[in-house]
Amino acid sequence: MNLNKTIKKQNTFWIVAFLLPNTILYAMYTVYPAIATAWYSLLDWTAFQRSGFFYGLNNYIELIHDDLFHASMKATFKFMLIAVPLRFLMSLFLALLLTWRRCIGKTFFRTLLFLPVVTTGAIIGTIMKMIFDPKFGPINIVLNNMGLLPAGFGLLSNFSTSLGTSATIWSWKWMGMSLIYWIASLQSIPTELYEAATVDGASPLQAFRMITAPLLKPFAGVILILTVGDSLRVFDLMLTLTNGGPYFATEAIELFIYHTAFADRVPRLGYASAAATVFASIFVVITLVQNFLKNIQRGYRNI
Amino acid sequence: MKNSKSLRRNIVPLSVALFLLVFCLIWIYPFVWMISASMKTSLELFQKGLNLIPDRFSFDSYRGAWGKGGFSKYFVNSVITTACAIIVVIVRCSTCGYILSMYDFKGKKLYLTILLATFFIPNGTTIIPISAMSTKLGLMGTMPGVILALSGGGQVTSILLFKNYFDQTPRSLFEAAIIDGASFPKIFFSIMLPMAGPIISTVVILTFMNAWNNLLIPLVFTVGSPKLKTLPVGMMAFSGAYATDWAGMAAAGTMTLIPVVVTFISLQKYFVSGIAGAVKG
Repeated sequence: MNLNKTIKKQNTFWIVAFLLPNTILYAMYTVYPAIATAWYSLLDWTAFQRSGFFYGLNNYIELIHDDLFHASMKATFKFMLIAVPLRFLMSLFLALLLTWRRCIGKTFFRTLLFLPVVTTGAIIGTIMKMIFDPKFGPINIVLNNMGLLPAGFGLLSNFSTSLGTSATIWSWKWMGMSLIYWIASLQSIPTELYEAATVDGASPLQAFRMITAPLLKPFAGVILILTVGDSLRVFDLMLTLTNGGPYFATEAIELFIYHTAFADRVPRLGYASAAATVFASIFVVITLVQNFLKNIQRGYRNI
Repeated sequence: MKNSKSLRRNIVPLSVALFLLVFCLIWIYPFVWMISASMKTSLELFQKGLNLIPDRFSFDSYRGAWGKGGFSKYFVNSVITTACAIIVVIVRCSTCGYILSMYDFKGKKLYLTILLATFFIPNGTTIIPISAMSTKLGLMGTMPGVILALSGGGQVTSILLFKNYFDQTPRSLFEAAIIDGASFPKIFFSIMLPMAGPIISTVVILTFMNAWNNLLIPLVFTVGSPKLKTLPVGMMAFSGAYATDWAGMAAAGTMTLIPVVVTFISLQKYFVSGIAGAVKG
C-alpha cells in the first residue's frame, strides 16, 4: 500500500519532468506568439519603437482599404486556384500508375518524382529564375525556337503570366508530397476487392469508378485540405523566385507579412500582425473543415 | 509464338514504364541543368544554354562559391543549427509523446486539444512575436536563438508519431518492467525509447528537412549578424550580390542539395512513412 503511494509520487515527479521541455517550448514558440500576434494587431507599432501604442481596430480598418493587401489576398487565392488542382490531379494520376500491380520500377520513379520535395525552396527559386530567364534560360530558348513565345518574353517577369508560372513551379516542387499521400491511401484499399472485380469481368476503368473512387473519397478530402493549406503558406519559393513581383502580382500573403514587418523602409509590426491575424483566421476555418473530414473518414472505416 | 504472346501481354506495362521514364527525365531536368551549369564557365552558359555536357569541365565555380561566396561558413552554420534542432525536437517530442501515451494526468485532454488546435498556425503568424521575444531575451542574432526558433514551435506531427507508436507497443512489456522494479527513467531510456527506433528515424528526417531548408527563421534572425547565415539565406544573399554569376549560383545550389539528397535516398523508407502518416488519420 505504502509502496504504491511512493511509486505514484515518484511518477508524478517524472511525468512533470517529461512534459516540461515540450510544454515550455510550445508555450514560448506557438501558444504565446499566437496570442501575442492578435494583441499586436491592436497596436500602432513600428520597428523603431520599443513597444507600440494601443490603436484599437485601426489596423484592420486600414487593411480593408489597403490596395496592396487586396492585391496580396487576390494573388494568394488565385495562386491556390491554379496550383491546387494541378498538384492534386497530377499526383493522383501518377499515383494510380505507380500503384498499378504490373508497373515496373516503382521505387525508382517515385524517388525521382519526390526529389524536388526534399530540396531547399530557396535553391529552387534561385535556379528556376535562371531556367526561366527571358534571354538565356533553356525554357525560353526552346519555346522561342518552336515559335511559341516571342523572343525576350519573361514568363516570370510578365504581369499576366508570373502567377501562373510560379504556381506551376510550386506544383512541380510539392507534387511528390501529394503523390505519397495518394499512394498511402491507395494501398489501404484491400486488394481482394480488385481481384473480385476482375473475376467478375470488370475493366480497369470500371474497377476505378466502382471501387477505387468511392473508397478514395474521404482520403481525397484530407489530401485536398492539406494541399490548400500548403498553397496558402507559399513563402520561400516565391521570395527567391519573384519576391512578390512584378507589381505585386505574386505577393502572396506570407510575403506581404514578411515585407511589412521586416523588409519595408519603416517596418510596421502592428500592421503586419493584423494581416497575420486575418491570415491565421483562414487557417482556423481550414482546421475546422479538416476535423470534419477526419470524422467522416473515421466513420467510413467503422463501417 | 510464345514470344509474341508474352510481348503482347507486356506491351502495356512497358509503354507505361517508357512514359514514366520520359516524364521523370523531364521532371528532374532542372537538377540536371543546375549540375551542368555549375561546371560550365559563365561565357559558355550564356552562349550555349541548351548543351547539358560542358565543353570543358570547370570546378572554379565551386571553389568560388565555397570561398569568396562564404558557403563554407554557411555550410557549417547549417550543419550546427540543423543538428541541434534535431536533438531538441527528439528530446521534447519523445518525452511528451511517451507521457501522453502511457500516463493519465489532469488536463490531458486540454493539452491534446491545444496541440491539435494550433497544428495549422502558419509561420507568418508567429514570426513577429517570436522575433520580438527573442530580441528581449538576447537571443536575436545568436545561434541558440535560431536553433530554438527552429525547434520550438509546432512539431505536433512528431509528438503524435511518438504517442501513436507507444500506444501500439505491448503493455505487458511495460508492466513487466514495473514489476521488476525498474525506475521510471530506466523504463523509458533503456526499454521504450530504443524500441521507438523507426519513429526516431522518421522524426530525425522530417526535422532535418524542415530545419535545413527553412528560410524565414534564419533570415529574420541573422539580419544583423551575417556571420550566422545558413545555406538558404546565404543562397539568397549570393544571388543578390552576384546576380550574373550563374555558374556560381548553380554550384552553390548543388552543394546545398547534396546532403539533403543523400540523406533522403538512404533513409527513404522512414521518410515516406512519416509523410504517409498525415493522411492516415
